[in-house]
Amino acid sequence: MERLSASPLRLAELVAEARRDGDGAIALFVGVVRDHHRGLPVESIEYAAYGEMAERELDAIERELADAFPATRALIRHRVGTLRVGEESVAVVAVSPHRAEAFAACREGIESVKRRVPIWKLERGPGRAPEWVDPTREAAAR
Amino acid sequence: MRVRLLYFASFRDAVGTDQEVRQLDEGTTVARLWEALRGGVPYFARYGSMPAVAVNCEYVSGERALAEGDEVAFLPPIAGG
Repeated sequence: MERLSASPLRLAELVAEARRDGDGAIALFVGVVRDHHRGLPVESIEYAAYGEMAERELDAIERELADAFPATRALIRHRVGTLRVGEESVAVVAVSPHRAEAFAACREGIESVKRRVPIWKLERGPGRAPEWVDPTREAAAR
Repeated sequence: MRVRLLYFASFRDAVGTDQEVRQLDEGTTVARLWEALRGGVPYFARYGSMPAVAVNCEYVSGERALAEGDEVAFLPPIAGG
């Protein structure tokens, strides 16, 4: 299964793929390219990945979520390539009989993506050089 | 032995290529390889500690001994999502 894609995320299809008749809850997290970052305007973000490893990590996260939340089914998809403001970059859907597990699995899924999937953002904005986003430097600056 | 080094994002920009093959002494660890890279690439010298690193697409620690044909990727801070 390809979890990285250069083409737009299809959210309705992803939800339909995940859900089962026994599910009473669907939690969906969607990450979106926003028009600013650190006080500077943003026009687009180029997502680059270590593709083979990113696919493996996304697969591992889905399997670990299935172990941690046995009644829940979680699917993760991530875009690569250049995305403009408003485009969806990542989707995590978690379906479960009840909402508590759906919310928890969805949250754990996106946090795991942020923590371990080898993907990088090259941010572009007006009047400045493209810049690789470095969350560790931003954390240190806060 | 020979290993293939992969570079991504800011590391690729700093090195000027997305991959290279290096000849290493038998038993070279990931940490020792990083020290060698640090000595040759000024951008890497800014890192006080070794960044995350993957061998054959799996995260490993600095003590990992490399083997012929390994694919090694030191990873700049990831920023997915």
